[in-house]
Amino acid sequence: MAEKIDLQEIEVWDGNYAAAQAMRQAQIDVVAAYPITPSTPIVEGYASFMADGYIDGEFVMVESEHAAMSGCVAASAAGGRVATATSSQGFALMVEVLYQASGMRLPIVLNVANRALAAPLNVRGDHSDMYLGRDSGWVQIDAFNAQEVYDMNLCAFRVGEHQDIRLPVMVHQDGFVTSHTAQNVRPLSDDDAYNFIGKYKPVDDLLDFSRPVTHGAQTEEDWHFEHKARQHKALMDARPVIESVFAEFEKVSGRKYKRVESYMTEDAEVIIVALGTTVESARVAAKQLRDEEGIKAGVVGPRVIRPFPFDAIRDALEHCKAIGAMDRSCPGGALGMLFNEVSAAVYATSDRPLVTNYIYGLGGRDLAIVDIKTIFRELKANADTGKITTPIQQFVGLRGPKLGFFETRGGK
Amino acid sequence: MSNVLSNEKRGMRELGAEKKVGWDEVTQGVVLHSFEDDATDVAMRKAEDRNYAEFSSYTATVASWRVIKPVYNRDICIDCQNCWVWCPDSSIISRDKQILGIDYDHCKGCGVCVEVCPTNPKSLLMFGEALSSDDAIAQWPVKEKKEK
Repeated sequence: MAEKIDLQEIEVWDGNYAAAQAMRQAQIDVVAAYPITPSTPIVEGYASFMADGYIDGEFVMVESEHAAMSGCVAASAAGGRVATATSSQGFALMVEVLYQASGMRLPIVLNVANRALAAPLNVRGDHSDMYLGRDSGWVQIDAFNAQEVYDMNLCAFRVGEHQDIRLPVMVHQDGFVTSHTAQNVRPLSDDDAYNFIGKYKPVDDLLDFSRPVTHGAQTEEDWHFEHKARQHKALMDARPVIESVFAEFEKVSGRKYKRVESYMTEDAEVIIVALGTTVESARVAAKQLRDEEGIKAGVVGPRVIRPFPFDAIRDALEHCKAIGAMDRSCPGGALGMLFNEVSAAVYATSDRPLVTNYIYGLGGRDLAIVDIKTIFRELKANADTGKITTPIQQFVGLRGPKLGFFETRGGK
Repeated sequence: MSNVLSNEKRGMRELGAEKKVGWDEVTQGVVLHSFEDDATDVAMRKAEDRNYAEFSSYTATVASWRVIKPVYNRDICIDCQNCWVWCPDSSIISRDKQILGIDYDHCKGCGVCVEVCPTNPKSLLMFGEALSSDDAIAQWPVKEKKEK
């Protein structure tokens, strides 16, 4: 029987250690893992807990991330609670198996310390890997700091293992800025955390010898569409489940989470939509601009990226005038993901705010508060003139001549 | 043992001819259960005594995939079980180490059983799908003499 750890009311943890602690408290049956920067300390920390007698489960050291996720799929199909962690190239190598996990409806939890994708090789944080996973059928939850990494891990098991959902869940954090920055974290006790997550209830587990079952069957044109539709329905149905899990989490922790986190948006004219640590930076910039220049600035941070909170985003943005959608991933010949999806959401409103796209922070490039203020001022100019005054897509924080694409036609 | 060669659930439908249901009725995660009821002791039961589920391959037939078929000649067979061991589709039916015949619902006509049969003449030979087993037996070859 695993030993418990008496945690302090306030611990000083970085995002990786917060994830490892939450995984320990979840009493996972199997972790199959392959290390990669900057997520390595998650599974390293977990392995240390195991070596020190704090974990009863199995730790499988595999030969690649493809094998890591494959091991997780097998262990989950066998009937265990399963989790792992990865980043960047490792995430990319997992992608094939990510689709297997969601299609097979296996509630694996994957911690992703977000990092750029090569080439050029880069270990720093951006959202390329997070974006790469966005069609994989997983629930994707984004943590903006170490406390949220811990909290979202506990919630992730609850959401994924919910009997109506049964889907895998990613918990994202920014590589290094969150994963390696020690912050104050208020954890739950081991008992409270485990009681919140609950005992794992296997479904169609391979180890139930009274009911032999085939996982991973092949379907062609006669069955595939129906299975994918049912899978998508489950992912869309995760929206109210996530909300109820967040509500229950508030009862045990006092911390309130929503599918879309809004900051000073009630009366905001201009709003930045961003992910990860940029949400916190943008909040600082918005507050300063309100105090210093009277610009009614607000910030919207999607807590849940998949299922995309089309409804909640629309509610948060429909009464503002100009929106800056911030994408920290090279968009590969298109406008950024947040721009496209935020635009689609506000297109379904009567006021249709102006939306522009900012590409920033690739490969860990810092985005300072002054840069965000400049963006807010550009949005303010759009709001005041009633039309987009800049290229629709701009790169910010980039050396060299200004880089932007597409001009507005007419008013909108 | 009467129902061993033509079990009523075996091959009861063409593969792919299952009842098609909507997206709200398909199994979660494309999971397929092999048996309808508790299968704890299934390993101790013969195939004909197992309650195979609708989506088990046991209840489907793929006989239409075959263009030539193996025919079994009981009079020559020595029950060595070679064909039973080597058949890739478990389509040689044997009970108590005695070969009974071929599961034509699942045999795909690959001919491996004929290749591995050690008797002279062979106890299994390939014939056209349309030829009846009686006609096939009637034209069975005689023992070949060893070449000097």
